[in-house]
Amino acid sequence: MGDQLMTWLLAIFQTLLFVALAPLLAGWLKWCKCHLQNRQAPSLLQPYRDLLKLTRKQPVVAEHASWIFTRAPYIIFSAIVLAASIVPLIAVDLPTAAIADVIVLVGFFAFARFFLALAGLDIGTAFGGMGSSREMTISSIAEPAMLMAIFTLTMTASTTNLSFAIIHVLNEGLVLRPSFVFALFALMLVAIAETGRIPVDNPDTHLELTMIHEAMILEYSGRHLALIEWASQVKLMLYGVLIANIFFPWGIAQSFSVQALAHGLLAIIGKLAVLAILLSISETLLAKMRLFRVQEYLSFAYLLGLLGMLSHIILEASR
Amino acid sequence: MMTMILAYNAVLLSFASGLLALMSNQCAMLLTLSQRFLTVDAHFPRCRKLLDRILEESRYASLHRQAVFVLLGLSGVFAVLAGLSVMMGQDNLTDQIGLGLPWLPWHVRFDGLSGFFFLIIGIGVIAVSLYGPAYVAFYQESQHPFAVLGLFTGLFVGGMYLVLLADDAFFFMIAWELMSVASYFLVAFQHEHSANRRAAFIYLVMAQVGALAIILSFGVLASFSDGLTFDALRQTTVSTTWASIAFVLALFGFGMKAGIVPVHVWLPEAHPAAPSHISALMSGVMLKVAVYGLIRFCFDLLGELQWQWGVVLLVLGTVSAVGGILYAMMQPNLKRLLAYSSIENIGIIFMVLGLAMIFMANGHPQLAALGFLAALFHAFNHSLFKNLLFLGAGILQHQTHDLNIDTMGGLIQRMPQTSFLFLVGCMSISSLPLFNGFVSEWLAFQTALQVDVLDNGVLRSLIPVSAAALALTAALAAACFVKVFGMIFLGLPRSRNSEKAQEVKDKSMLYGPALLAGLCFFFGIFPNIIINLLNGVAKQLLGQSLPNDAALSWLWLAPVSANKVSYSPPMVLVGVLIAGGISFWYLRRNLETKTMRRASAWDCGFGGLTPRMQYSCSAFTMPFRRIFARVWLIDECIDKEMQGAMDMDVKAVHYHLQVQDHSWPRLYQPITHGVNQLAKRVGRIQTGNIRVYLGYSFVTLILMLWVIS
Repeated sequence: MGDQLMTWLLAIFQTLLFVALAPLLAGWLKWCKCHLQNRQAPSLLQPYRDLLKLTRKQPVVAEHASWIFTRAPYIIFSAIVLAASIVPLIAVDLPTAAIADVIVLVGFFAFARFFLALAGLDIGTAFGGMGSSREMTISSIAEPAMLMAIFTLTMTASTTNLSFAIIHVLNEGLVLRPSFVFALFALMLVAIAETGRIPVDNPDTHLELTMIHEAMILEYSGRHLALIEWASQVKLMLYGVLIANIFFPWGIAQSFSVQALAHGLLAIIGKLAVLAILLSISETLLAKMRLFRVQEYLSFAYLLGLLGMLSHIILEASR
Repeated sequence: MMTMILAYNAVLLSFASGLLALMSNQCAMLLTLSQRFLTVDAHFPRCRKLLDRILEESRYASLHRQAVFVLLGLSGVFAVLAGLSVMMGQDNLTDQIGLGLPWLPWHVRFDGLSGFFFLIIGIGVIAVSLYGPAYVAFYQESQHPFAVLGLFTGLFVGGMYLVLLADDAFFFMIAWELMSVASYFLVAFQHEHSANRRAAFIYLVMAQVGALAIILSFGVLASFSDGLTFDALRQTTVSTTWASIAFVLALFGFGMKAGIVPVHVWLPEAHPAAPSHISALMSGVMLKVAVYGLIRFCFDLLGELQWQWGVVLLVLGTVSAVGGILYAMMQPNLKRLLAYSSIENIGIIFMVLGLAMIFMANGHPQLAALGFLAALFHAFNHSLFKNLLFLGAGILQHQTHDLNIDTMGGLIQRMPQTSFLFLVGCMSISSLPLFNGFVSEWLAFQTALQVDVLDNGVLRSLIPVSAAALALTAALAAACFVKVFGMIFLGLPRSRNSEKAQEVKDKSMLYGPALLAGLCFFFGIFPNIIINLLNGVAKQLLGQSLPNDAALSWLWLAPVSANKVSYSPPMVLVGVLIAGGISFWYLRRNLETKTMRRASAWDCGFGGLTPRMQYSCSAFTMPFRRIFARVWLIDECIDKEMQGAMDMDVKAVHYHLQVQDHSWPRLYQPITHGVNQLAKRVGRIQTGNIRVYLGYSFVTLILMLWVIS
């Protein structure tokens, strides 16, 4: 009983850590990007300051906004926090991982997106509708690509539970699987699209015609904006952790000793830092695509996922 | 036996409600009758008084309507009870009714599968009966006689019950035809519009062609057996070729009724034509009866399953699912949209049934049970949320006098309760976690991911691709219902009608949708109740239950194996409540900033946002139209009216968009063309001259004599 309580506490601690570290990742990403672009970087803690400031402000809400608009930030935030709770960050085999598997994880993202898109439509301006329409379009092509990549993994590990899948990859040792290489690239492309980074969407722009995510949340302010910003930072980190821990799980804690956990924490911080550097390099090198090129980009991601799946079936199947 | 009586009661009550409906204009007659025959019991003055009050002209109509729907609702209650009791007892009840042909009495059988569909029909009928009295009151009695509506509703519902009870092919077809023909009259109910007459005609033709195919498929089986009872059909062994022929015929017949692409065209025509509570029954319930027919035929009667059939079902299901939702997305008419989305959901059910068939034929009955369960659970879920959405559409149609999504908007402020119920429906149908639609889709994914056990390489690569198509369908459904909810309820009203719309006066109309919405949420959190019931059905029909039924506690859903996959909706709900609650409390603890300041929305500094500046339906779906352009026949044009000296100033811009289904020009127009050509050919020998006709009979006679001799 005591053991179980410990693991549950650890799971809650891991979730809180996840949510707390997300702004730091965003800060680090910005820092890298600024340095690459010869700009002066804000402090790594700037995202925390922004969030804190926003929570202290009184929110301004559009006249026609309904309860959907004012409640959506809380719904989005809790869906994303719940998604964070089931993804192994520093340790595997935690009890929360069993609450939901990777398909439910995709479901949580869909849940958050559904309300974000509704909130965009709620105020009745063209921006909101534009953002919602584009977001739903991109996500509906990205979702099959993402699931294709995930299916490759789950079929290799024959489980959809993330924790067990990671343990499976760890036990296999370092094997170069062609299917995993394809799946990794597919998931990276999807992650860029789903978290609204360049070349699909530009998180720094407020140019009307190119916005996607920003267009939907244009009317948000104060604590509502803080929640949504924070949720999208957690979402970015979620994709990072998924990529890091599924494909490069070494270092994650398999036992709950303090040493192993500390080791796991350091490992994930290192992996995320490297991923962020890669992302900032690609964001510096690439320009934003036209909206209707995004489908080609995502079809390519889908194709990679499909190739991964087929190479699993043809080359690696156990029989 | 108790169970059987419950089931019979359901049937009888539905017929009784139909018959009672015939009394709608007979108030005066009833009054005279009661006066003539009830004079004797003058010593019951109170009874007399009550009768007189009931038969009072002003009150009679509404009381009569109530009574009809009470009977119908009771039949639903009995159906639910009968279904539950037969599934819990895992019984297999048989009976005979001395009706029908002299040498073939009607055989009745009530088992778990029928019981589950009884449950589906029962819940749908209860919701409709709660909703009906207030909804039907909107129809003008003079133009749309309630007697017709009530009679055929009763017959329709009774016919559906009988289809589920039938245990011989003859009785099955009679019940099937009762259901089809009764629903034809319901589609044709508002026959003053030519579009509705056309829809009803298409529906009738397709229903009859489908019925013919079903009769033929029974015929193929019956020709190898010694009787028309299902028991006899079950015991015959048919060669694979003939079994495949029977399967194709059954698939065509039942698929036509279920609305599988490409024989779906009646569905988007018929659903908008019928009154809303009837469309709810047709879409939510009748399509499920067709699914029942297919399951009964393939999994029960046909004997050994072939995996190739499963592939056919899988491919057809995938095409229907993706095609259905893409077509749904382009519809501006709410009920047409919902009809197309039914095609999508039936497609998903067919897909998973195909998976079950593939696993069954490859010797993995446990996985087949999982797929079977996912398909039936999705059928159940679809009946709940589609009923809910159609009933909601009925409310919207009445309150805004329109079904065009593009003319609505901002109704969440004006109709808060309806909008909330509708939101629940939209979330379930978009398969979001915590709602029931998600659970069945999750089970479908789990079934598809077990593909590793198969040996066939083609299947191993086909099934994951179809699973990705299922993911695409789910994502498109979410986009589609974001559009639906966003355009109807959010933003600013786009027309005067929606500006003046109000919440329904008669709150009883909301009880039906509220019941369905509650069930959607309840079974999303506790899906194990239904899954346990279905496990028994799978055991009865496939001889197998879930691989891991020990893990089916109320808290966990772990259908494959406890340490491989699991999902716990109650714990997800608790988690969401904790995370949402903490953030809500923490951020609003400061009293100064707790209140929100209202200000006008950002208008780029130009001022004066108008409702016409919002995104419309066609604007919202424009990216989809460009990406999947080949899927539709798109007719899009922009006309500019010019003015001024040089004809250079734009006076007005007209945008015209029409999106059409490929199946009409590709499939149906050649058929109608062919039939017309054939008719013309035949017409050539009909000269209208009596001597020629006499000549024909003479030649025929000679020929006959020659043949006989």
